[in-house]
Amino acid sequence: MGYPHPSHPKETVVLSKYFGDPGARSYAGWVERGGYQAFRQALATAPDALIATIKESGLRGRGGAGFPTGVKWGLMPKPDGRARFLVCNADESEPGTFKDREIMRWTPHALLEGCAIAAHAIAAETIFIYIRGEFTEPWRIMSAAVEEAYAHGVFGPTPLGSGRRIDVILHRGAGAYICGEETAMLNSIEGKRGNPRIKPHYPAQAGVFGLPTTINNVETLAAVPHIVTRGAAWHKSLSLGNPKSTGTKLISICGHVQRPGNYEVTMGFPMQELIFELAGGPPPGRTLKAVIPGGSSVPIMTAEEVDGCATDYEGIVERGSMLGSGGMIVMDDSADMVYQIWRLARFYAHESCAQCTQCREGTAWTVKVLERILAGKGRPDDLDLLLELSENMTGKTICVLSDSCAAPVVSGIRKFRGEFEAYIAKARQPALAAV
Amino acid sequence: MSHGLQQLHRRGGAAGDHSDVPHEPVLVGPVRDQLDRLIARYPTKQSCLLPALWLVQESRGWISEGSIGEVAAALDLTPAYVKGVVTFYTMYHTHPVGRHFIQVCTTSPCALCGAEDTLRALLKETGCRELGATSPDGRFTVIEVECLGACGFPTPVLVDDDFIENVTPEGVPAMLARYK
Repeated sequence: MGYPHPSHPKETVVLSKYFGDPGARSYAGWVERGGYQAFRQALATAPDALIATIKESGLRGRGGAGFPTGVKWGLMPKPDGRARFLVCNADESEPGTFKDREIMRWTPHALLEGCAIAAHAIAAETIFIYIRGEFTEPWRIMSAAVEEAYAHGVFGPTPLGSGRRIDVILHRGAGAYICGEETAMLNSIEGKRGNPRIKPHYPAQAGVFGLPTTINNVETLAAVPHIVTRGAAWHKSLSLGNPKSTGTKLISICGHVQRPGNYEVTMGFPMQELIFELAGGPPPGRTLKAVIPGGSSVPIMTAEEVDGCATDYEGIVERGSMLGSGGMIVMDDSADMVYQIWRLARFYAHESCAQCTQCREGTAWTVKVLERILAGKGRPDDLDLLLELSENMTGKTICVLSDSCAAPVVSGIRKFRGEFEAYIAKARQPALAAV
Repeated sequence: MSHGLQQLHRRGGAAGDHSDVPHEPVLVGPVRDQLDRLIARYPTKQSCLLPALWLVQESRGWISEGSIGEVAAALDLTPAYVKGVVTFYTMYHTHPVGRHFIQVCTTSPCALCGAEDTLRALLKETGCRELGATSPDGRFTVIEVECLGACGFPTPVLVDDDFIENVTPEGVPAMLARYK
């Protein structure tokens, strides 16, 4: 159906088929639409065969990292009597990304069914679904769906008669971007501050409560039932030329476009068409200036780099950025790149958990130097200083939050240097009051 | 900041020190029952900490030192540990807030689409004047928050538990009229 816009003819509608259809929210409505058939089928399949199917399908993590889902499931140790967990990452908080919210709002049972199948595949008896605290509406909808699913025997002591207990716990976050980082999320579930953990150990070896754990994103899990019923070959066929990126991807488009929203396309879909045809492009009279294609943590692309770019994991890497979570922030020629990059840096400075020095100090100083530039007090060597700071923030910390702050700064200075220099040369009116 | 406003919320600021307010036990009756149900469900007592803090905030509106002590005792933790967790997460209030708590997203995608104007309109209409301050009539507290995860619907605003999309400066008075 599409939400908030009707589906575009060029979309490949799989996950978003019932967006905007409140009838799909209830258990009965979901079953009417074919729901829980995939879970039944999965229960009749050996876990190893299920993992093999997901591997074969080419499904990769939709949360940002793009790690092959079947491989991740296969990393879980053999059942040895210890408790095992599935954690669903529904902490969607990457600026520009708002797809998981729609999955939970319209098709909560699609997510629950994906969770149930994954739990069966990895032999987990407890599923935590970690929903960010600000998502009050998805929380209410998911709570109702969990209750209904229990009432219909999807979860509990013997899910759909399978005889092996699976429980679901919805866990509410409380305002911390960093808890979307998988090991910070595990700490948050354990009742701790959301500090990321040093890896290894990886979660499959020592996850939540030190026990074997698999963490998957909402969109990844919602795709699983379709692969179970339609097969790995079907999923692999959803690809426009690059066999490493398969399936559909929900792309959230926001910023300077006429029809912001979620669009579901086959991997490899032309980015130009996504922005201009599906999302309607910038407002009349405006031209495209820049796109941050994968949530705010990836390098900024120029309009030239967008032209001819395939929207998939490898296609965007070829153009120097990343698909990430698939949240595209579009900026037209009215955007002040220095101001926007400062605004992003402020986000990371606010959200740093502060355990690593490079991140705690680096994000704060990046903001201060950018503030100085925007206030017309920039110094000639400030751009070199920012680049040096960014260098010290890349690849040196426990998690990638500080790298994420550096990405827009470095790419912004490289691609829009003139705008920074104009502020420093006082050729441009200060955008901020003096600090 | 571009809007010339200072964020008071995180520091407590205007809210002041509330250590002199006598503590009325919160984990009693139905709230305690709810906590006990959570404890039965979670693998460890400590892992009930975030939900326990939510329970306190839902019943009291904020989390006081006294409540921190109660939660710590209920979950076999120390008050200092619980305070460390409370202050890590931005949604827990460590001081009283207005009857209606308004969170406005001004992160980049929303900033591109005029979120800072919406924020200014909210501060003016509520009479809060400063970020994090409560309006003189005690009705509203307005804060600026980072990404609410609804970037396609600028400006998203969270009023208490109501998630409101596409708020414009012009739409602010009508939106506020619903909250007494």
